Amino acid sequence: MIRFSQVSKRYPNGHEALKRISFTLEREQMAFLVGHSGAGKSTLLRLVTLIERSTHGQIVVNNKNLTKLRRRQIPFFRRQVGVIFQDHKLLHDRTVFDNVALPLVVAGVGHRELGRRVRAALDKVGLLGKERLYPITLSGGEQQRVGIARAVVNRPPLVLADEPTGNLDAELSDEIMDLFHQFNQYGVTVMIATHERRHIQRLGKRVIELKNGELMSAGDQN
Amino acid sequence: MRTYLLRHVQVLIASVGQLSRTPGSTLMSVGVIGITLALPSLLYLLLVNAEKVGNAWHPGTHISLFLDLGVDAERAQSLLERLRRREETQQVRMISADRALQEFKELSGFGEALDALPHNPLPTLLVVTPERAFEHPDELQRLVSEFGALPGVELAQLDMEWVQRFHVTLRLARRAALVLSVLLALAVLLTVSNTIRLAILNRRDEIEIIQLFGGTDRFIQRPFLYSGMLQGFFGAGTAILLIVACLQVLRSPIRQLADLYGSVFQIAGLRVHEALALVAIGIGLGWLASRWSVRRHLHRMFPSAEPYSPTKAGTFAHISTLRHRVLKLRRSDKRRNR
Repeated sequence: MIRFSQVSKRYPNGHEALKRISFTLEREQMAFLVGHSGAGKSTLLRLVTLIERSTHGQIVVNNKNLTKLRRRQIPFFRRQVGVIFQDHKLLHDRTVFDNVALPLVVAGVGHRELGRRVRAALDKVGLLGKERLYPITLSGGEQQRVGIARAVVNRPPLVLADEPTGNLDAELSDEIMDLFHQFNQYGVTVMIATHERRHIQRLGKRVIELKNGELMSAGDQN
Repeated sequence: MRTYLLRHVQVLIASVGQLSRTPGSTLMSVGVIGITLALPSLLYLLLVNAEKVGNAWHPGTHISLFLDLGVDAERAQSLLERLRRREETQQVRMISADRALQEFKELSGFGEALDALPHNPLPTLLVVTPERAFEHPDELQRLVSEFGALPGVELAQLDMEWVQRFHVTLRLARRAALVLSVLLALAVLLTVSNTIRLAILNRRDEIEIIQLFGGTDRFIQRPFLYSGMLQGFFGAGTAILLIVACLQVLRSPIRQLADLYGSVFQIAGLRVHEALALVAIGIGLGWLASRWSVRRHLHRMFPSAEPYSPTKAGTFAHISTLRHRVLKLRRSDKRRNR
C-alpha cells in the first residue's frame, strides 16, 4: 500500500528532514510510526498525502507513483486517503454533519447517498445524535472523533493519523486507538504517528521508528 | 447531472450568504463597481444624446446643382419636378439665372460692370435638401454623383464640411469613450479581485482542509467565482440606479434649455437592452476578476506541488547551501580579522 524507496526530504534552508528512508507497508496492515518530535514523522505523513514533495527517491501509494503525479491529479489521489490531524482541522462554522460530509461533497456524491454515508460514519464513531451541533460545543475527544468520521466517510483503503491522541487523556485515547484497530479489522490499511508507546504495547502492531530523519527500524513485515 | 446543478445552486446561495456576512466590505465594493460602471455608461448616453442633438439642430445639408447654360426655364422646372418626386429629397428650390444675377449685382457691387455683359453668365441653380435618412456621408456622396450625371446638370456640389466635421468629432468622442471604458473596466477588475483576495485569505484554513480531502481547484474556486459574479451583478444594478438618478436630475434643466431654443428635444435614457448589456458586462468582469484572483492565490498559497523536478529542486537546495557556506566563511573571516 505504501512503499518508500530511498526517500529524502531536504528543505530549501538545507535542513534534511528525512534521510534515505525505505520501507513497505502492505495492504490491510496497521503500523505505528514512532519517534521523538522532530524525528520526521509528520514530514513522512506529509509526503504520503502529497502536502509536500520528496526531494529524492520514490514513493508509491495505492499503486500510484507520487513522484510522477501532477498537481491536477492530486485531489483525486487524496480521495483515496483518509487523514486525521492532531489539531482536528475541523471547520468551526459548519455543523458536525457538514464537516463529515466534506469529502463526499467534494467528490460530488448525491444528496441521499451522502446523508446515508455520513450517518453511518458518525454511528461508527458514536456521534450519531450530534450531527447538528457545531464542533466548538464538543469535547476534545468528540472533536477528534468527528475528524475520524470525516476521514473514513469516503471508505478510503488507507487511513493516516498524525498524533490523533495528542491532547487526550488515557481513557479517551484508548477509545480512539480501538477505533483505528476496528477499521483495520475491516480491511483498511492504517498508519498512525504517535509518541505514546503504551498503545503499541496494548495493540501489538508493527512499529516503524524514526530518529533524526533516519529509519531506526522498520519493524516486523507481518 | 442533477446533483451537479443542485451543487451550483447551493454554492450560489452560499455565496450570497457569504457576501451578506461582510456587509460593509461588500457594499463598499459594490458601490465602487457601480460608480465605475456608471461613468462610461453616462458618457455613452451623452454621446447618444449629442448625436440626437446634432441631428435635430444642424442646419441641413444642401446639394447644389448647377445646370448647363443652355437649359431654359421650362426644362429647369421639369428637372425640379423630377427631383422633388424622388424619395431621397426633402425639398428642392430653384434659383433662376436671372435671380442669381440680380443677387450678385446687389451683393457684389459690380452692378454696372455686369450690365456691360452681352448675356447672363450665371447658370440656373437647383438647391436640393436631402431627407434625414440619407444624410450619412456615403449616401450623400452617392446622391451627388447620381445628380451630377442627370442630363442638363453641369455640376453637382455638396456642402459637406459641416457633416464631415460633425461625424469626425463624434467618432473621436466615441474613441475616447472606448479608451475610458477600458480603463474603468480595469478598475472594476482590480476592485473585485481585491475583495476576492481578502475572501480567500479569510477562508485560508477552509481552503486548505478542502484541498486535503480531495477538493479540486475548480471546486475551490467555484464559490469565489459566484461571489465575483454577484458583486458584478449588484454593481451593475447600482450603476443603473445611479444613471437613472443622474438623468432624473438633468431632465428638467434640459427641458428648460430645449424650450428656450424652441425645441422638443427629450433626453434619451438607458434602454432595456442596454441595461441588460451593462448587467452582463458587470457579471462578466466579476467572473474574470475572481477567476484571475483565485488562480493566482491558489498557486501562491498552496504551492504544494508541482511534480518534483530534480534539476530545479537540486539547484535551489544547492544554491541555498552554498549561500550558507559563503555566509559562514565571511563571518569567520571577520572574526579572524578582529
